[in-house]
Amino acid sequence: MTLDETDRRIINALQGGFPLEARPYAAAAATLGLDEAELIARLQAMREAGVITRFGPFFDVAAMGGAFCLCAIAVPEDRFDEICAAVNAFPEVAHNYRRTHELNMWFVLATETEAGIGTAADAIEAATGLTVYRFPKLKEFFVGFRVAA
Amino acid sequence: MSIAPETRRLIEACQAGLPFVPRPYAALAEDLGLSEAEVIERLGALKAKGVIRRIGIAPNHYKLGMVANGMSVWDVDDAVAEELGQRIGALDDVTHCYLRPRALPIWPYNLFAMLHGETRDEVERKRVRLREMLGDACRGSDILYSTAILKKTGLRLKKGAA
Repeated sequence: MTLDETDRRIINALQGGFPLEARPYAAAAATLGLDEAELIARLQAMREAGVITRFGPFFDVAAMGGAFCLCAIAVPEDRFDEICAAVNAFPEVAHNYRRTHELNMWFVLATETEAGIGTAADAIEAATGLTVYRFPKLKEFFVGFRVAA
Repeated sequence: MSIAPETRRLIEACQAGLPFVPRPYAALAEDLGLSEAEVIERLGALKAKGVIRRIGIAPNHYKLGMVANGMSVWDVDDAVAEELGQRIGALDDVTHCYLRPRALPIWPYNLFAMLHGETRDEVERKRVRLREMLGDACRGSDILYSTAILKKTGLRLKKGAA
């Protein structure tokens, strides 16, 4: 899909702050100079085209006592698809990227408890026979979200 | 851990995202057997507590033309890593910045900074600026480009787990 100027304005404006009120699309549309039906239609089209991967509340598992952990595996190239399927099959794997390095698979574990991270990482090691390197954040230098479309 | 059962149900109801209907919270409320006002109030309370970080769009960088996504990583002297992380994380070019443990010998890097651009050249220019900022405290660096999204979902709670 080709994004027009209005789509880009929507993306830039609505990465946070979507209203908590009965007619939130109408309220958000008004600030963008659109009407409710057009905003809904555009969001839906962008969601279906994959331009928007998700729309809604983003929960911080850490604030609920849960945990996130960045992990990496050095996957042999000839086993990449097989290992990818095995790793992605774990519901604790929230996202997973292929990257350019000997450690070529990087994924985030999201679990409901601190202990769940180790359990899930160990289970992935058992399922793949490969070391799961764990890189929990020691400190986040948080500055907000600002992907400019 | 203790996620209250009603909070868990609310999170589960939101996992696929908000429905694209004029009254999305009323639609959630119907599924949950709550009133629209109760759903709005509970989501507001979770947002105030920081359990909900934000409500809105998660864009796909690739589809926006930001096809070069680099995880720049730096081996920075531990004595100054936090201070430098603050400065790097405040740069407009850096979307996320973290201090993480090393995994020697395969992984000597402790500071992670995400850089995005329309081309790798653009990302490399941003990386040079970071390198200059880190100065003598930096003993080595690399950049890992993402070449495929293998999976991307939000938080998934195990059904029924408490």
